[in-house]
Amino acid sequence: MTRAALHAVLSHWWRHPLQLATLMAGLALATGLWSAVQAINAEARASYARAAEQLGTAGADRLLAENGTIPLGRYAALRRAGWNLAPVLEGTVRFGRQSFDLMGVDLLNHPMVANLANAAEQDGVQPLDALLPSGRLFAHPATAIALEANQTPYPVTSTEALPRNVVAADLSLASRLLRQPKSLSYLLILPDQLPGLRPLAEIAPGLIHAKADSASADTARLTDSFHLNLTAFGLLSFAVGLFIVQGAILLSLEQRRGLIRTLRGLGVPMGLLVAVFAAELAFVALAAGLAGLAGGYFVAAALLPGVSATLAGLYGAPVEGSLSLRPVWALSGLAMAFGGTVLAGAQSLFAIWRMPLLSAPAAHARGQQAGRSQWGSAIAGIACILVGILILKTFQGLLAGFAFLGGLMLGAAMVLPLLISAGLLLGARLARRPFSAWLWADTRAQLPGMSLALMALLLALATNIGVGTMVSSFRLTFNGWLDQRLSAEVYVTATSDAQGAELATWLNQKGIRVLPIRRHDLRFRGAPLRLYGVIDDATYRDNWPMLQSLPDAWDQVAAGKALLVNEQLANRHGLSPGAELRIAAGWEMTIAGIYSDYGNPNGQAIVSLPELLQHAPDIANRQFGLRLPPDQLPETISEIRKAFEIPRENIIDQAELKARSLSVFDRTFVITAALNLLTLGVAGFAMLTSLLTLWSQRLPQLAPVWAMGVTRRQLAAAELLRSLLLAAITALLALPLGLVLAWALLAVINVEAFGWKLPMYLFPIDWLRLFLLALLAAVAAAALPALRLSRLDPAELLKVFAHER
Amino acid sequence: MNAKSALSLLLAGWAATAQAQGFAGLGSDAEGFAIPQRGYQLSFPQDHGAHPDFRIEWWYLTANLKSASGTRFGIQWTLFRSALAPGEADGWQSPQIWMAHAAVTESDRHLFAERIARGGIGQAGVSANPFEAWIDGWQMRSTDGALEELQLTASGKAFSYDLKLSAEGPLVKHGENGYSVKSESGQASYYYSQPHYQVTGTLDLPEGTVDVSGHGWLDREWSSQPLAEDQSGWDWFSLSFDSGDKLMGFILRGDSGNYTSGTWISAGGTAKPLAEGSFQAEPLEFSNVEGRRIPTRWQIKLPQRNVSAEVQALNPQSWMGTSFSYWEGPVTVNGSHNGTGYLEMTGYE
Repeated sequence: MTRAALHAVLSHWWRHPLQLATLMAGLALATGLWSAVQAINAEARASYARAAEQLGTAGADRLLAENGTIPLGRYAALRRAGWNLAPVLEGTVRFGRQSFDLMGVDLLNHPMVANLANAAEQDGVQPLDALLPSGRLFAHPATAIALEANQTPYPVTSTEALPRNVVAADLSLASRLLRQPKSLSYLLILPDQLPGLRPLAEIAPGLIHAKADSASADTARLTDSFHLNLTAFGLLSFAVGLFIVQGAILLSLEQRRGLIRTLRGLGVPMGLLVAVFAAELAFVALAAGLAGLAGGYFVAAALLPGVSATLAGLYGAPVEGSLSLRPVWALSGLAMAFGGTVLAGAQSLFAIWRMPLLSAPAAHARGQQAGRSQWGSAIAGIACILVGILILKTFQGLLAGFAFLGGLMLGAAMVLPLLISAGLLLGARLARRPFSAWLWADTRAQLPGMSLALMALLLALATNIGVGTMVSSFRLTFNGWLDQRLSAEVYVTATSDAQGAELATWLNQKGIRVLPIRRHDLRFRGAPLRLYGVIDDATYRDNWPMLQSLPDAWDQVAAGKALLVNEQLANRHGLSPGAELRIAAGWEMTIAGIYSDYGNPNGQAIVSLPELLQHAPDIANRQFGLRLPPDQLPETISEIRKAFEIPRENIIDQAELKARSLSVFDRTFVITAALNLLTLGVAGFAMLTSLLTLWSQRLPQLAPVWAMGVTRRQLAAAELLRSLLLAAITALLALPLGLVLAWALLAVINVEAFGWKLPMYLFPIDWLRLFLLALLAAVAAAALPALRLSRLDPAELLKVFAHER
Repeated sequence: MNAKSALSLLLAGWAATAQAQGFAGLGSDAEGFAIPQRGYQLSFPQDHGAHPDFRIEWWYLTANLKSASGTRFGIQWTLFRSALAPGEADGWQSPQIWMAHAAVTESDRHLFAERIARGGIGQAGVSANPFEAWIDGWQMRSTDGALEELQLTASGKAFSYDLKLSAEGPLVKHGENGYSVKSESGQASYYYSQPHYQVTGTLDLPEGTVDVSGHGWLDREWSSQPLAEDQSGWDWFSLSFDSGDKLMGFILRGDSGNYTSGTWISAGGTAKPLAEGSFQAEPLEFSNVEGRRIPTRWQIKLPQRNVSAEVQALNPQSWMGTSFSYWEGPVTVNGSHNGTGYLEMTGYE
């Protein structure tokens, strides 16, 4: 009996292959996008972990200094007290036209030395040669190529044992390149320690003991928000996909009600029937889940280079460009496929379970039922939105922001059928002719079958508007901000401090205003802080992008009494102008203003140059901004190059620097744009599948209209019109939702994720384009059913009157 | 990945060279480094300090100690200086690398530890006046400014010691007034000792603290190429007889024959260099140590002083499994002369 029942139930799919394809495709799409996002996240996190492992920083605590540098003597004293520590000096070094992150370690004791020694051995290099004053650099093969392309004057050993974009060297070379012979950035506390040592808190009271997790948290802190963003996008795509799945499952059961009645009449027990349906769903989930995983892998592999660029551009976080199959995301994808199927199919299975033995197939009078369920769904939707708002108001943080967004999107989708229904009622009042009155009413009757697809469309359109508005607003703001920030006409980097000083004098003599760009890195409340020292110049007073400031902010900065902080730092620590800030031990200043600083994940502050030099006398003096009339630019550049041995690539004019910054910005949002497009594609597919599945059910309603003299051609046109109408109403409703989404992204998510709030700009042209795109999708989705209708054999329509379906 | 495995890998290149060019690279070319000169007058306290123009140098202390209950202990404290290039520079630019070994040996247990450090940054070094040699938390520090009174500390995972050393005799210069020839072809080093230390102090062992006393022997040696190219290692004896006389003797093993030398130190402290070949040592018994066949019982002879005795290791497994590995441990002398001493054997691969 089981076999017969199974055969009967499954035979449905032979007769409705398109429905099967829809179901599988929907689930595969949902699983695919979800696992693509998870694969990207897993790969990125594995990259961070590998980098920490390779740099020997995984699991090791660190000693840090409050002012950012540890004197060399301090290190030696701690060694002599018996502590086994590995010194590290970090900084940026420029070779040719490129800057590299340099990590100087003592090759005699740093944990990563084992890997480097292996590489050196393979290279046929005596490992100890790297200790000699001539020096040697170690880098990932890709970075090694970049080093050699920039004519680095040191031998390079390339090794897979280092993450990309990090150049390692012995401290003898690193301290020379970074010109910090007497200071260290931090000390790794190695796991192997002697018993009975005097505690560090006692012998090194001025140093901060950072736990391993907090030490490696810098990257995690910055990138977590990005990964959360991706996950949210993945969930959204998954939800959209699920709408398709639920629609298809519902329909397949609806169409098999007669079959179920017959089977039960023949004596098949209810339990067996439900088991058969459950088995069917499980098989679908497995097959579609696997297909989705395969698809997800390819999507992720295609997107990963973009993600790497984004992460490197935004946070300097290293991510390998290649993808590997990890059980984490593969299992999570399959679990989502099963979970989603259960979620989508539970309602239908429950309906079968409760179906009276001889219940007739119910194809009618669903309009009124739908009316009641629309109200129920709308009330639940409003509750979702309210809960989201409540969470946002009660809790802080990125998760609360996403909870609000989740509630808003889900709630809005649930309110949608009621709103469309109301719109259609309103439209029906305007109808004059019977045919149009029928069209409005019929559209309303179709709404329950279409509403899932329309919800998917609403979400996709709103996401597009919201994310599009966010990215475009960001770009516009960023562009304007670059204009303010890059106010010098040309930027020059000298090859040494001595050359820098000479260059500044020479330029001053020629009457060119010189703005030295000098900075010092330290740690502030456990996170990196970059301090810039500026001279008193009108350039800053006129152009600097201030958000809030005291009236005499620049005077106070110039007098060495005050500092300016970037928005990120102010947001993170609740700083406001007028407050006092303790930068390091014995260094306290008033906050005179807050300025915007986009694209930088870390804290930054500006003090007067003399003030900075008092606390950090050894900082580099190689970079300068020059103010001069634009028409003198080419001449001045060639004069500089004639007078000094400065490579061409060390001289960048404003326009070039701006173009570079914008290209980094654009790369940053490649992944967002790609996911945006994919989501819209999924929604369009949802429309198509629901229209396709609905149309076969529509004959009983169409046949009487046809019988009254409306041609098939007219009916087909009505079909297209209805699809357009529904899409148009949905698109109109998506606009306010999208704008709320954009607001939430700009004012809530961005502040939490990056620390900056952005002004919102509106882009009506984009909306119009999207609106037309939605209509196009609607027409495309309705085209096939309409074509079939126009060519339908009249006999089929007659059959409706001949026998009960 | 721990520091030790990292180190041994880093030093693998060095060790490989050591095999080809004598132990620890000591037989390699002395390019750029200073060479010991016959006739040089050692001058103190300066020569207690480091000589960065020479490739290699050590401060090498061994002691035979006893606890109150009569248990025998040997202790070793060695600081090596090895220069990647001649001369000294400030901070990280210094080409000097320091390495230290410490050990405590009993008849059934041999504990050892190693330290390695950069020169130039204060982590390790030797100052001559007042005398102090240190690396990380280990030190050999003068309490009177000179070499007569020393305090000695070292600690490893399983042991530590804190000892006071008091010299009861004069410094001894080996070879020709401290110029010690190491091969037929003339390789030489500067070499002097203080073999007359009375030692008291405490050892911290896994079982607890032990008060010990005994006598110690400090060797000071520096050179740039103390081994000839064909020499692969040495067997080195420092023996203190019950009579108060002392004997230092070594055999440098080479492809073209061995080279032996030594010094007879009378109870009064007068040193007499031994002519090449007069000190003789023959292995009597071999032990399997860390997969190597190593002689741990010897017959020594010095006919001119009527010495004919057996030298037996207190613990045949006194293997220093450090970056450069070698055998180093206390010995007992029985025969024409009785006493204790230390034996060092290198180059057994």
